[in-house]
Amino acid sequence: MIVGKRKDIQEIKDMLPEDMDDLLIVGCGTCVTVSLDGGEREAKSLRDLLTLYYRENGSEVDINADAIKRQCDDEFIDEIENEIEENDVVLSLACGVGVQHLAIRFPEQVILPGLNTTFYGRTSATGEWEEMCHGCGECVLDRFAGVCPVARCSKSLLNGPCGGSEDGKCEVDDDIDCGWELIYERASELDMLDRLLEYEPPKDWTTYRDGGVRSHKNPEFFGSGGE
Amino acid sequence: MAEYISKLHKLLEEDHFVVCSEMGPPIGADPEFIRDKCEDLKGYVDAVNVTDNQTAIVRMSSISASKIAMEEGLEMIIQATGRDRNRIGIQSDLLGASALGLRNVLCLTGDHQSFGKDEGSKNVFDMDSVSIISAAHDMVHEGELVSGDELRTPPKLYLGGAHNPFAEPFEMHMLKLRKKIKSGMQFIQTQAIYNLEKFDMWMEEMRSQGLHEETHIIAGILPTKSEFALKYMKNDVPGMDVPDELIDRVANADDKEQEGVDITVEIIEHVKQHEGVKGIHLMPVGWEEITPVVVEEADLYPRPEVEVDNE
Repeated sequence: MIVGKRKDIQEIKDMLPEDMDDLLIVGCGTCVTVSLDGGEREAKSLRDLLTLYYRENGSEVDINADAIKRQCDDEFIDEIENEIEENDVVLSLACGVGVQHLAIRFPEQVILPGLNTTFYGRTSATGEWEEMCHGCGECVLDRFAGVCPVARCSKSLLNGPCGGSEDGKCEVDDDIDCGWELIYERASELDMLDRLLEYEPPKDWTTYRDGGVRSHKNPEFFGSGGE
Repeated sequence: MAEYISKLHKLLEEDHFVVCSEMGPPIGADPEFIRDKCEDLKGYVDAVNVTDNQTAIVRMSSISASKIAMEEGLEMIIQATGRDRNRIGIQSDLLGASALGLRNVLCLTGDHQSFGKDEGSKNVFDMDSVSIISAAHDMVHEGELVSGDELRTPPKLYLGGAHNPFAEPFEMHMLKLRKKIKSGMQFIQTQAIYNLEKFDMWMEEMRSQGLHEETHIIAGILPTKSEFALKYMKNDVPGMDVPDELIDRVANADDKEQEGVDITVEIIEHVKQHEGVKGIHLMPVGWEEITPVVVEEADLYPRPEVEVDNE
């Protein structure tokens, strides 16, 4: 899933226009709800926090909060179309995809981001998320015992660990596991070490951001127009 | 072998015990800084590495500094890391280095930018040390670029890499070393050696696999007179292995400089005995002026004189 982290309250306050009369905070009910930073619960608590702030500062701002299943899909946005159009400013707690999808749907409306989209990750423990994928567009997990060197090595090294790997930790930070040690351990267990000895040429990054802005079409819907 | 790419290549192939050293280029554009450093080294070392923005701190480029030092009469080893340049930049720089007459390159992954002052910069790592070696090998020996395009005039470069014999898990790091050798690494400079027992184990492993015959091993030596530096390396530099006895020796010495030299010479004499160790690489960080002293005390002076056709 896409993991996000709510922006600092001060940053949110600074971003909101001074002369606004009303604000709608929109949570997103899928990924960022799971990472406990952008769902309905967080939208409502942010509403309460901002309401208190504006009241204490003597300004009248009508703040509302709502949430939909997914902000990246028109189907769900229809539910709150009227609400969005009635408010001066919309603060989206979705990932960057959701924020931009709202902006495309409501070209006349100011849509602001309340969340920093951090990474594609998994829930590694209660209240903890870990990066797993960079969305490089050409999955290599079959060749690395199911541990991604692109996302889980801080240097995205394809041919083995760097000299900075120590005691299973990355040279960047002791809190980061060395991705290559994870690859090595799992490959040992799966008896796949020979595969790791094969030379990996520089990766073709055209499927990543390096190939330009990406989009794709499902051939089922586009006939010969797809791949 | 009929043709040698560089003096270093010739010395190693002709079985001289080589002495390399290292130079950190200035954080500035002063060529005199390089020329001054050359004075201390001339006649005492066979080749000098120039680091490529080591610890991710902006410095004069390795190729430019190497060219200045080469004009002073030194044999140079440029360093090329994958942190700051993609395959286009690296290959372009290798062509340029060769055109300037630089003949040796040490191919490295590069320290992460979080070590330096520009933590907020983007890194590249389009290529790692293995793929840089492989690409350089193909350029030099096949006349071919990564793209498959052919080079009308291939570069002339003698290819090196690095290895840390002390990094754990041992076998995982050996795996990468084997890939480097297979990709065309002709010489290898090791991480600084303090733990002789572990170094012996590594050499044993290299010999048992015959790897000491597939690449020339140059042992990394870091002369220091500072207890603080040793402790720092032990605790804060990833992959460094410094035994406590050594730290105590420097700490308790009356003449720390002499103790530093003595320890260095002892390590040199130890590694020199190994079958397969073809030279040393001195990295006296912040104590460059000690290089001639160490070379003389280790009985490695004068250096052999060789010539190669550098057209």
